[in-house]
Amino acid sequence: MPIVIWQLVFFVFPLIFLVVMSFWLVKNYRMVPGWDTVNWTKMYSKGYFWDTYWRTLAYAMIATITTTILAFPCSFALAFKASATLRRWALFFLIVPFFTSYLVRIYSWQIFLNDNGIFNRMFDYIGLGPFHLLNNFFGTLVGYLTLCLPLAVVLQLISLANVDRNLIEAAHNLGCGRLKTVFLVIVPMAKIGIILGAVFTFILSFGDFVSPYYLGGSKPPTLSILIIDTTKSGQQWPRAAVVAVTMIITLLTIMFASVSAAYRKKP
Amino acid sequence: MTRLSGQNLLLRGYVVLVFVFVFTPIVTSFVFSVNSDRFPTIPLGHFTTHWYETIFADPDIWEAFRVSALVSVSVATLATFIGFCTAYTDYRYNFTGKALYLSLALLPPTIPLVIMGLAMLALLARINMSGQIHSIVVSHVVLCAPFAMAVVRMRLAQINPDLEPAAWNLGASPWRAMREVIIPFCRPAIASAFCLTAAVSFDEFAVAWFVSGLNKTVPVMILEILQGNTDPQINAIGSIVFAISMSLVVIAQLIFFRKASAPTTTGI
Repeated sequence: MPIVIWQLVFFVFPLIFLVVMSFWLVKNYRMVPGWDTVNWTKMYSKGYFWDTYWRTLAYAMIATITTTILAFPCSFALAFKASATLRRWALFFLIVPFFTSYLVRIYSWQIFLNDNGIFNRMFDYIGLGPFHLLNNFFGTLVGYLTLCLPLAVVLQLISLANVDRNLIEAAHNLGCGRLKTVFLVIVPMAKIGIILGAVFTFILSFGDFVSPYYLGGSKPPTLSILIIDTTKSGQQWPRAAVVAVTMIITLLTIMFASVSAAYRKKP
Repeated sequence: MTRLSGQNLLLRGYVVLVFVFVFTPIVTSFVFSVNSDRFPTIPLGHFTTHWYETIFADPDIWEAFRVSALVSVSVATLATFIGFCTAYTDYRYNFTGKALYLSLALLPPTIPLVIMGLAMLALLARINMSGQIHSIVVSHVVLCAPFAMAVVRMRLAQINPDLEPAAWNLGASPWRAMREVIIPFCRPAIASAFCLTAAVSFDEFAVAWFVSGLNKTVPVMILEILQGNTDPQINAIGSIVFAISMSLVVIAQLIFFRKASAPTTTGI
């Protein structure tokens, strides 16, 4: 059982230590062990912290909804309209981006989105613009989509490919309209994949710092940027730990709620 | 079933659009890595290998590649070993607390990397292990082992469950059965798990950035260049990294999906 030992030592233990550290004090730029709730009360009494918290939550929610909606027609088409060979290739090409440098992809989007970038040159050519596409939420959202869209399509696709075709046929035979079939028959049956895709999108965009930093302009920050700023500038690690623990609790709550929703049998 | 071809056409166009969105940044990075302009935009400048020459002349970058290679090979070895053991335990045994055991094994990818980075840094700094190459290795093994486990477990699901007991009955020790039945059967999965975990580790920047100290890996280097100014060097480095990770992934796929010749059970 080496994994148990390894994961205990290097996965669970650091996270527990994070919780413990959030109660430590910083004196003369050095951390002093203790059990003081000052970090928690300090952080939680700041309006700045809560603004950031709700902003990050809203960003991640918007990213989740956008990704799920944008991914669905694509995975739907691949599941029902494409041949098996095409589907296999599509899956392969959706997994590829997962192994390419996310940083480099984000840098590429900067080339497209900045005020003198490729998109604005194109808009200029047809007499529009310039539009500010970078250093705002639009930029951040493009980044989130870059990160999450392929994964969401893959998870939805796996679920959709397992939907029983006979039931769709039956729905059609019973006079159920095309769109109605999609929403009343296919979506409920592919629920698990759709929700899993959404959960992963939420987790990834909630914790990502690259998109909000390099495409969103880092101001206003998200929680992960807050962690980095707090950690890297000075020794306020305990306060960064407070932010981190808050994030983990939020994520666990949302994960638990959505996964139990995904596997709940319809009455 | 009647189908409106207009609708199908629209869907097809949409799928193409999604793939264009996914691959645009990857292709762009290649294009601008051989483009002469200092500030990348259109119209393109002329073809150049200047950015590649610059990075190949830079000893820091060579050092980063060395660290990255060292880290990803060590991570792949450890993570694959641990992943294999976990997958085998899950496949062979039933025990109380198995659900907990599995969630422990598969949970790491759901924790944001920034938080993992902070937690690892805090702990490793406390036990004087931060800022070294092996601090990156241990953190990456935590992140990569679940992938290795998933790949090996998929392969174990295909094995005939009677093969191993048959070997035992024929007098093979558990260890010998493992060595001559299970491992040969899993060899493709082990090889592809090795490549996949190497690729994941080779690309990981957030945790590495927190714990690496002065031993920068390539992605950490990219991150730091990115914090400065626009620099086409990123495209060149990125393209090389892409080529390396992609070869690893393609090799992994080829090994895993190749119609493996019947599992060797020689010696039994």
